[in-house]
Amino acid sequence: MDTAPSPVVRLVDLVQAYGGVRAADGVSLDIPAGRLMGFIGPDGVGKSTLLSLMAGARRIQKGQVSVLGGDMSDARHRKRVAPRIAYMPQGLGRNLYATLSVHENLVFFARLFGQGRAEREARIADLLDSTALTPFAGRPAGKLSGGMKQKLGLCCALIHDPDLLILDEPTTGVDPLARSQFWELIERIRTRRPGMSLVVATAYMDEAARFERLAAMDAGRILATGTPSELLARTDAEDLDTAFIRLLPEEKRREHHALVVPPRQSSDGPPAIVAEGLTRRFGDFIAVDNVSFRIEQGEIYGFLGSNGCGKTTTMKMLTGLLPASEGKALLFGHEVDASDMATRRRVGYMSQSFSLYTELTVHQNLELHAHLFHLPSERIAPRIAELVETFGLGPYQNAQATQLPLGIRQRLSLAVAVVHEPEILILDEPTSGVDPIARDGFWQLLVELSREQRVTIFISTHFMSEGERCDRISLMHAGKVLVSDTPKNIQQRRGAETLEEAFIDVLKEAIGEPDAAETEAETTPADLPKSSRWPVSLPLRRLIGYAWRESLELSRDPIRLVFALLGSVLLMLVMGYGLTMDVEDLRFAALDYDQTPQSRDYLQSLSGSRYFLEQPPLRDSADMERRLRNDDITIAVEIPPNFGRDLKRGHTPEVGVWVDGAMPFRGETAGGYVQGTHYHYLLDLARRQANPINASSVADIEVRYRYNQAYQSLYAMVPAVIALLLVFIPAILAALAVVREKELGSITNLYVTPVTRLEFLIGKQLPYILVSMLSFLGLSALAVWLFEVPIKGDFWTLALGALLYVAATTALGLLVSTFTRTQIAALAGALVGTLLPAIQFSGLTNPVASLEGVGQWIGQGYPTTYFLVISRGVFTKALGFSELAGQLAILALFAPVLVGLSALLLRKQEQ
Amino acid sequence: MRRSAANIARLGIKELRSLWHDKALLVFVIWVFTGGVYVAATAAAMDINKAPIAIVDHDRSPLSDRIRTAFYPPYFLAPVPIDQTQVDQAMDTGRFTFVLEIPAGFERDLLADKQPSIQLNVDATRMTQAFIGTSYIRNILNGEINSFVQGYRVETRLPIALTLRYEFNPNLEGKWFGGAMEIINGVNLLAIILAGAAIVREREHGTLEHLLVMPLTPFEIMSAKVWSNGLVIVLAAWFSIEIVVRGMLGVPISGSVPLFLLGATLYLFSASSIGIFLGTVARSMPQLGLLMILVILPLQLLSGAVTPRESMPELVSDIMLTAPTTHFVTLAQGILYRGAGLDVVWPQFLVITAIGIVFFMLALARFRKSITLTSV
Repeated sequence: MDTAPSPVVRLVDLVQAYGGVRAADGVSLDIPAGRLMGFIGPDGVGKSTLLSLMAGARRIQKGQVSVLGGDMSDARHRKRVAPRIAYMPQGLGRNLYATLSVHENLVFFARLFGQGRAEREARIADLLDSTALTPFAGRPAGKLSGGMKQKLGLCCALIHDPDLLILDEPTTGVDPLARSQFWELIERIRTRRPGMSLVVATAYMDEAARFERLAAMDAGRILATGTPSELLARTDAEDLDTAFIRLLPEEKRREHHALVVPPRQSSDGPPAIVAEGLTRRFGDFIAVDNVSFRIEQGEIYGFLGSNGCGKTTTMKMLTGLLPASEGKALLFGHEVDASDMATRRRVGYMSQSFSLYTELTVHQNLELHAHLFHLPSERIAPRIAELVETFGLGPYQNAQATQLPLGIRQRLSLAVAVVHEPEILILDEPTSGVDPIARDGFWQLLVELSREQRVTIFISTHFMSEGERCDRISLMHAGKVLVSDTPKNIQQRRGAETLEEAFIDVLKEAIGEPDAAETEAETTPADLPKSSRWPVSLPLRRLIGYAWRESLELSRDPIRLVFALLGSVLLMLVMGYGLTMDVEDLRFAALDYDQTPQSRDYLQSLSGSRYFLEQPPLRDSADMERRLRNDDITIAVEIPPNFGRDLKRGHTPEVGVWVDGAMPFRGETAGGYVQGTHYHYLLDLARRQANPINASSVADIEVRYRYNQAYQSLYAMVPAVIALLLVFIPAILAALAVVREKELGSITNLYVTPVTRLEFLIGKQLPYILVSMLSFLGLSALAVWLFEVPIKGDFWTLALGALLYVAATTALGLLVSTFTRTQIAALAGALVGTLLPAIQFSGLTNPVASLEGVGQWIGQGYPTTYFLVISRGVFTKALGFSELAGQLAILALFAPVLVGLSALLLRKQEQ
Repeated sequence: MRRSAANIARLGIKELRSLWHDKALLVFVIWVFTGGVYVAATAAAMDINKAPIAIVDHDRSPLSDRIRTAFYPPYFLAPVPIDQTQVDQAMDTGRFTFVLEIPAGFERDLLADKQPSIQLNVDATRMTQAFIGTSYIRNILNGEINSFVQGYRVETRLPIALTLRYEFNPNLEGKWFGGAMEIINGVNLLAIILAGAAIVREREHGTLEHLLVMPLTPFEIMSAKVWSNGLVIVLAAWFSIEIVVRGMLGVPISGSVPLFLLGATLYLFSASSIGIFLGTVARSMPQLGLLMILVILPLQLLSGAVTPRESMPELVSDIMLTAPTTHFVTLAQGILYRGAGLDVVWPQFLVITAIGIVFFMLALARFRKSITLTSV
C-alpha cells in the first residue's frame, strides 16, 4: 500500500493518562514522510495529545516517540530538531498574541528562530503574499476573523521552513468559505515544498476526505489507518461520518440511531421570539448589525456562522444579558427586560462556555437548579428522576461533573436548562466538541422537546449537518444575517448540492472576495539568504525577541502600564504623607485631687508640650478607666491630694500616670514623653529653686539624631516607601506575565521553539525591569521635589541599587509564576510573597538584627533589606558607592539566583 | 422574600462547595490565619528588642564599665566597644542604631559636679527603634549615673516621683498587638481578594451569565458570595484568636470574643462589598491584581494598625474615616485589648455597616453592566 521511505514519526506503545483518563492507550503508529496524515475523531479521544507529543510540547509518560530520526524524550534531540518542526496548537490563534499586529507576530516567530532582518522581511513578505494577508499586515491578530487567524497561525508555523508541520484542528470554528480557502492554501504550500510532512487533526469528516492517509481514533486508541477510500471500502460506507461510526466498538454503536426529524405542525399563536432591527456595538465595532427574525412556537431555529460573527451576542441580547444598542427583542410578545423574573422562569439558556458547576455531582447540579427555579418541593424529586431517565444520566448520578465525558456533560447542561420546563430554549453552540454519536443523541432530545412538548428552540452551531435539521436557519456573517429560510429553500435557491456549498456561495457574494488563488504570488523561497540563518548571537536574538514582544504587549495595554506607573506614584503620596512614625497630639487628661498652684504648674508642663493635647479633666478613677477604655484619652495623670504641700516639705509626692499600652509602639513613645517631660520639669524646678543637689545628680545626655536632625518621619519613610513600591508592583507584573501565557496557551511557543527557558524568562523580565526603573525615576523625582527629601549621597549608586533591586523583585515574580497555574494563584502568591516580608521583616521600622526567629531569617534573605539600607543611605546619610559596595554586592546576587531557580522550576514541556 | 432568602442560601452553599474544592486557596487561607499570624507576632516580640548598640569609651572608668554592663538582651544586644574612628562607618552601614560616646574624664567631672555630657548618636532613620530606644537609654543612663553618684538609687530623693503604668498591656508586649493586627490584615486581604476574584473568575468562565438568565437577581448573587466567604473567614479568624493568639502565643484577651466576631462579620460584609465592587470595575485578572494593591496597601497601612492615627496628617486621617478598616481596627483594639463593650464600640458597628451598604449598592449598580466588560 505505502511505498514511502523511512517514517518521519514513529510511535511505539504510547500510553499517556491524565487523572485516570487515558488519552493514549497503547498507540503504535508509523507516519510516512512527505505525506498529509490526518487524525480523525471527536474531541477528547487523544488526537491533541498525540500531536503535542510529536511536537515535543508534552512530556512522554510511557512508550516511545521518534521524530525525524531521534527520540523525543531526549532533550538534546528535541533541541536539535525544534527548528525543523512547526506546531500550531488547537484553538483559534492560540499561540498568537492578540494585541500584536499580523506583521509583529511574524517578526516575533522569526526572531525565535534567529533570523536576521533581511531574511526575516523577505520571508514575511513572501508568506503574507501567498496567504493574501498583506493588506492586513498592520491589524492586531485579535481583531482578525477566525479564518484569517488560522492563516496567520500557519504563516507563523511556516516562517522557518519546517520539515514537519503539525496542525491541530486548524479549521474548527472557521466558516466554510475560509475553511475551503485554508485547505487550498495548504495544497499550494505542499506543491512548493513537496518534501514537507504534514500531520493534521480534525473533527470534520468532510475535510478528512482530502487527506492522503487517515488514522481514526477513539478513546486513546487507533481504530483503523489507511487512505480515505480504504476506510470507506473496509466499512462499506458512503461517507466518512458513517465509516467512523461503523469503526466504533459495538457498545458505542448501539446507542446510535439515525435521526429523523418529524415535520412541524404550524401554530397560529403569537411568535415566541421576535427580533426587530437588533444592533449591538462595542465601541466602534458593530458586533450585531440590524438583525431581525421571528420564531414561531415549537420551531427549531438555527443560527449558522463562524466564531465571532455575532451569534452569541444576538443570543445574549435575547436573554437580557446585554442591552441592545438599537432595535428590540420580544419574548412571548413582551419586550426583553433584565428585571423581569416571570419571563426568565419560562426561558432556558445554555451558554457556549457554561460548563456547569464542575465540583458538584450530576444530582447536586440538577437539585441546585430545581431549587433556584423554585419548583414546588414535592415536584423536585419526581422531576429529577424524570430528567435522569429521559437524558440517560442514570449511571452518572453521583459522578462529579468534571469526570463526565463531554457528550454526557452537554446532556446534563441541557437537562439543567430544561429543569423548570421552559417554553423557550436558547442554546449557544451546545454541540461543539461533541462526537457524532453523542451529537445525534442530543438532537434526538431536542426534537422530542420541540415536537412533543412544543418547546421553541433557538440554537446556534457551526456544523452544517446540524443546520440541515433545523426548521429554519439564518446564515450569519460579520454581524449581519445574510439569508434566512428553510435549509432546503436556501439550497435550492443557490442551486447547491449541499448546505455548505450554498453557504459558501452566499458568503462569497457577501464579501465579494475573489478566489484566493488569484492573489497568489509564485515566488519560491529558495532564493532566500539561508547562510545567515544561524549567526553567533542566536540566544541573544531569541531573548531580544521575547523582550521586544513583551514590551509591545505592555505598551498596547495602557491600563496596565498606567496602573503600574501612576499606581506607584499614588501609593507614594498616600504612604509618604500618611505613614508617619511621629507620635504627636497624644490626648491626656488629668485627675487633680490637689488643685493647688503647684499641681497646676506641674500639669502645665504637660499641656504646654507639643506632644500632648489636654482633654477635659477627669472626675474620678472610674471616669479615668472609662475614658481610657473608650480610647478617648491615651494618657491619664493623677495628682495625689496634698501634692503641693508634700512638694514644699520635700516629702516627694508621687504622681501616677496611666498610659494606654494596647498599641505598644504608641504606648512606649507616650511613656517616654511623659518621663522626659517629668525630668525636664524637675530640672526646671531645681533651677528655679536654685537647689544644687538635685541638679548635679543629673548628667547631661546630649542626643544627636543623625541623618535626620529634625527627626521627621518623612525623611526616613520616603526612601523606605520607594523600596516597598519597587517590590510589590514589579513582582505582580512579572508573575502575571508568565502565568498569563500559561493560561492563554501561548506558552506552547516556549515548548516547541528553540528558545531556552533562560532566554524566555530574561526576555520577559527585561521590559518589567525597564518599567520599574521608570517608576523608580518617577518616585525619586517625587521624593525630591514634592516631599523635599533631598538626595544627599550619590544618585548613581542609588540608581544602580534600584536596578539590581528591581531585577531581583521581578525575578521573585518569575519564581512565583513557575509554580502557579492560574492568574488568581499567581496574584495571591505574589501578594503573600511580598507584603509580609517587605513590610515586617526587612527593617522598615525595626532593623533585621532586632527580629526574632523565622522573621529574621526571612529578613536576611530578602532583597528589600539590602535596598532599604542603600536607599536610606543615599537619601539621608549622604553615602556613595564605596560605603555601600557590600550591600550592592549582596543585592546583585538575588536576581541571578532567583532567575536560575525559576529556570530550573519552569518546565520546557507540558506534563 | 422567602424565595430570595432560599436562593441566597442555595447559592452560598454552592460557593462553599467550590471553595472546598480549591485546595490551593484553602491552604492560602489557613496559612494567613495560622503561620502568618504566628510569624508576624513573634518576629518582633517587643518593640524595643535586641537593639544594636556600640560604645566609644574614652573614660575607661568604673562608671563607664558600669554603664556598659547596663545594656543587655533582650532590649539591647550586648554593646560592642568601638573606636572613635569607626563611628561614622558603623553608623553609615547601619550596623548600630545607637552609639554612645563617653568622654575622657567623665567620672571625674561628674563627681566634681562639673555636669559633664555624654553623647548619644542615634540613627534616626530607624524610626521606631530610634525613638523608643532613646528614651530607654536615657532612663538607663540616668539611673546608673544617679545611683553611682549617690551610692544608691536616688529616685526617692527627687522632689516628685513618677509612677508610670501601662494599662491593658502592662509589659508592652508587641505580640499582643502584632497577633491581633495580623488577623485584621488577614481578614482584610482575604475578604477583598476572595470576593473580587470570585466575581472576575465567574465572569471569565461565563457562569455569572448563566446565573443572570435564571430568575435570580444580582442582589441575591452578591449576597450569597458575601455570606459564604464571610462565614469561612470569620470561622478562620475565630480559630486564629482562640488557638493561635490565645493558645500558642499566650496573649490574654480582655474583651468579649463573640463581640469581636460580630464586628468582624460586619466588617467582612463591608470588605467583601469593596472586593465585589473592584471585581465589577476590573476588566481582567491582572487589572484586578493591580487595583487590589492600590486599595489594600493604603487600607492596611493607614488604618491605624501600623501607625497611630493621631500622627497622620489631618487630611489623610479624615479620608481614612471613610474606609471601614479604620473603624474595624478601632473596634478590634477596643474590644480585644481594652475590654470595651457594645456600649463603647456601637458607633463603629454602625459606621462599618453603613460604609458596607454604600459599596454594596455601588457594586449592585455596576453588576449587570460589568458583564459586558469581557464579552466581546
